[in-house]
Amino acid sequence: MSTTTKNAPRRSSPVLGLLVFAGIVATVVMGLFIAPKDTVQGDAYRLLFMHVPAAWLAYLAFGVTAIASLLYLVPRTRHLRWDYLAGASGEIGVMFTALMLAVGSLWGRPIWGRWWAWEARLTTTAILLFLYLGYLALRRMGGSPEQRALRSAVAGLIAFVDVPIVHFSVSWWATLHQDGSVFNSKMQVHIKDPSMQFTLLLGVAAFTLLYVYLCIRRMQLLELEEGMADRELQAAIDDRQLGVVSGASSGASQADASANSPVTI
Amino acid sequence: MMQLLRDARLVCAKDLRIEIRARIVIAQVLPFGALVLILFAFTLDADSSVLPTIAPGLFWITVLLSSILAVGRSMAIETDNGARDGLRLSAMDGGSIFLGKVGAVVAELLVLEVLLLSGTFALYDIAARGWLALIATSLAATIGIAATGAVYGALAAGAKVRETLVPLLVLPVCAPVLLGATKAFESALHGRSGEAWPWIQLLGVFAALYLTAGFVAYEALLEEA
Repeated sequence: MSTTTKNAPRRSSPVLGLLVFAGIVATVVMGLFIAPKDTVQGDAYRLLFMHVPAAWLAYLAFGVTAIASLLYLVPRTRHLRWDYLAGASGEIGVMFTALMLAVGSLWGRPIWGRWWAWEARLTTTAILLFLYLGYLALRRMGGSPEQRALRSAVAGLIAFVDVPIVHFSVSWWATLHQDGSVFNSKMQVHIKDPSMQFTLLLGVAAFTLLYVYLCIRRMQLLELEEGMADRELQAAIDDRQLGVVSGASSGASQADASANSPVTI
Repeated sequence: MMQLLRDARLVCAKDLRIEIRARIVIAQVLPFGALVLILFAFTLDADSSVLPTIAPGLFWITVLLSSILAVGRSMAIETDNGARDGLRLSAMDGGSIFLGKVGAVVAELLVLEVLLLSGTFALYDIAARGWLALIATSLAATIGIAATGAVYGALAAGAKVRETLVPLLVLPVCAPVLLGATKAFESALHGRSGEAWPWIQLLGVFAALYLTAGFVAYEALLEEA
């Protein structure tokens, strides 16, 4: 049983990994060399080939975290696998939210003339990042796997429910504060060129595959990490028992020395 | 239903009795809040008109920071002496325990807000008006903050890193409360109470949502902690 679960994904992963790699390389080549320069934004617009897929991936990842959390909370579908999925997806979401913000800032500097604008979408995204950073911190809190799974499932759902409220309040606040249309009109990038459209779609597809790949890998790792403490403890007990047996035959001094050895192994 | 509310009142009264005897919130959290208000004035030019303009925001940040301490205290009294096990053995519904704990934190925070608000009016030189909107805002925002705090306090209960974890969890979630309460206060204090009500509605929705979430989830969280 355990060998099949260990081996099955390992066999399929290289194919998926190669596909992801090819997709990313193709996106880079298309985005940097084949797609033409934008008449208004010049080369800066090329950042969108990364920004848009990253944004899509972040929302996808947080959506999956919420669904997996819900599935864990429903008693009929409760399984630790949903917790691994929620955790893996949450981590990827945080990473790509940060990437989206960073790339967006790099783009905003030449186009808007500033790194950051207190615009509704940006502010919501920043709070989103912190919401899920908290979620990840909660996951690392310790306790039994079941404790962690329940807590993080509740937190994952709460964070997800909070997102629309944050967005609603922030957009309300931003429109009251400043002219949103300045940024909105510039944030709309009309992509008409077919090679630009294709590159954008390619980027989204490649990033989606990347998400699936990272998610599978991370879930495997989480599953392995889970049993690690138990296995290490078992190994230490085995070592110690071996040490005591061999030590008993050759004297007390050696038994003392072997008592320390499991710690170093 | 009546049993539920009776249990909630019991838990709430217990928490408040502990507070009245230990005086942690009044003797430690309140001075902390007042200190934050004074420190804000240090970083801004005290003579200019900046302070009265941004006073609502400063006030609500102060309340939010103080509420973190109050929530921490609310959880700490259950951690000590295995009080949580006592709660679990009491056969009370998790939801009513949640409501009781929220009620106690709300009561403590409201006292805190009255005192801090008086301080804000005096220190930052503000004429108080729009009382109805101010009171409604404070009630809705406080219930929202206390409910969120109680949920996350229970989530992080028993962790060694609780003190650092709870702020990271509560503050982003409460961002809409901070925004809404600040905007509502601004409108009320500028004599445009009408503009405050949409924000107060938002605060009400937030409070209702987290009260419901905590009510449903608390039983399970209490069991697991």
